[in-house]
Amino acid sequence: MSALLTVADVHISYGKVEAVRGVSLDVGDNEIVTIIGANGAGKTTLLNAIMGILPLKGRTTFAGIDMAQSDIEDRVASGLSLVPEHRELFGTMNVEDNLQLGAFRIAKATAATSLEKVYTLFPRLKERRKQLAGTLSGGEQQMLAMGRALMGAPKLLMLDEPSLGLAPIIVADIFRTVSELRTAGVSVLLVEQNAQAALQIADRAYVMELGEFVLSGTAKQIASNKRVAASYLGFQHEGESAI
Amino acid sequence: MNTTILLFLLQDGVTNGAIYALLGLALVLVFAVTRVILIPQGEFVTYGALSYAMLATGQVPGTVRLAVAMGIVAFGLDLFFARKALRARLVLRSAALNIAFPIALLAVTYAVAGPKTPIAVNIALSLLIVAAIGLFLYRIAFQPIAHTSVLVLLIASVGCHLALQGLGLVFFGAEGLRGPALSNVALTAGPLRFTGQSLAVYGLTIAFIIALWLFFGYSKTGKALRATAVNRLGARLVGIRTTLSGQIAFLLASVIGAISGILIVPITTLYYDTGFLIGLKGFIAAIIGGLVSYPLTAVAAILVGIVEAFSSFYASNFKEVIVFTLILPVLVLRSLAAPAVEEEKD
Repeated sequence: MSALLTVADVHISYGKVEAVRGVSLDVGDNEIVTIIGANGAGKTTLLNAIMGILPLKGRTTFAGIDMAQSDIEDRVASGLSLVPEHRELFGTMNVEDNLQLGAFRIAKATAATSLEKVYTLFPRLKERRKQLAGTLSGGEQQMLAMGRALMGAPKLLMLDEPSLGLAPIIVADIFRTVSELRTAGVSVLLVEQNAQAALQIADRAYVMELGEFVLSGTAKQIASNKRVAASYLGFQHEGESAI
Repeated sequence: MNTTILLFLLQDGVTNGAIYALLGLALVLVFAVTRVILIPQGEFVTYGALSYAMLATGQVPGTVRLAVAMGIVAFGLDLFFARKALRARLVLRSAALNIAFPIALLAVTYAVAGPKTPIAVNIALSLLIVAAIGLFLYRIAFQPIAHTSVLVLLIASVGCHLALQGLGLVFFGAEGLRGPALSNVALTAGPLRFTGQSLAVYGLTIAFIIALWLFFGYSKTGKALRATAVNRLGARLVGIRTTLSGQIAFLLASVIGAISGILIVPITTLYYDTGFLIGLKGFIAAIIGGLVSYPLTAVAAILVGIVEAFSSFYASNFKEVIVFTLILPVLVLRSLAAPAVEEEKD
């Protein structure tokens, strides 16, 4: 399996404070990989640095190309896309304008089919397409942020806490959509505090604590790990292979 | 005071107000996209007006040489910032825009400049020269510090204003200039006489407002500029280059400034430093519009023009005082209505 995204020995600092220390990870084609961990572990910092929003030390390659010299816009053009924690929508513009700007770098004809696909994925957005993005509910804003990212036809979609502040029923909806992306040929790197939901749809997982990866493996291995179960899934495993 | 005087003053106010509206719109546009409060907007007015006036007398204005010099600096900056990953395509594109374009402009200006050059050619040349200066000004002074605070950008903006105004003295001298009118037709309606010039002012102002509305509401580039204004990070995340947005904003602002200058230079004598005061009145309109609202800015600009016309009739010594005092109640009201907002970080 060729890795789509490779991150090797990455360090990220805010001034003198090192928030991420020597992290390595990879994401393959058609793969859903999740990074779980508590608040403040450095997950968001890591995603932002991979996207180019924050500077990092270390090597990152995407689709075989070293990303050291590319800025955010180059990375978007090469098929990397981030749905940030705060969604960063264009609040005073309507839903359809937000989506169409997502295809800013895409040819018009392709953008039209992308728009249809996004509306099929999130019918709610189609109903509200003339509504201003800032007036949508939290769940709809998350759908719009994901839809906007998908409009650019990314190879890898990075999602930062998509479940944050959303009702459980909407979280389930969003996670179902994420698992459907795989069939559309999009890989996903998912950062989540909601470990249980993330591990259900992921192929592989990394556990992050205080800026370092402390565990990695298939989602099943991680889910059945006693320590993970105790710290992140909120229950104690009785047996070893109880899944 | 009789109705005729009232009508005259209103007409005068609306004509000036239309110019302030154009400048105010440009200020709002630039601030929204780049967070720069564009103090040198007035210099775009002066440069446009006086370049046009000099070309009309058959001389080559110094602004075209400034455009070449700024282009060379901009090219140097492009090369310097791309030094780690110098790609041929990037260098060629930068050379075409920063070197070939202003040099071609210089060559054309020298070739066609003469007392018999048609007005349309002079206007086109003046607009292109000021457009080039506006574009390079962003590249040189603002693009390298685009991520800094509004205050730093404002300081740079004041610096640019002082530098450009000083250069204006070098290029145009201390004496004022007037340019030829765009047309000599005149209409009479009751006691009022509308010259072709003032009709051109109204027409172009309305045309620009409609064009800006169409551009921002319907074109992909316009929407991208709006997106940059609403959310810079969001814009970058969909692949909109905020530097390109900044360049487009400055290009539009400089063209709008130059057009305003060309429109007023046949009506009043302009000096190398007149632009600043005109720009400031556009700024007042923009402030009344909260630096965000285009329609409010346009209405406020007309109001500023009318207040100016009436105060120059009743208390001409206090004309500027009265106009600039307008800003105080607005600021008080605005600060009462909206408590201090912390500056957006990005």
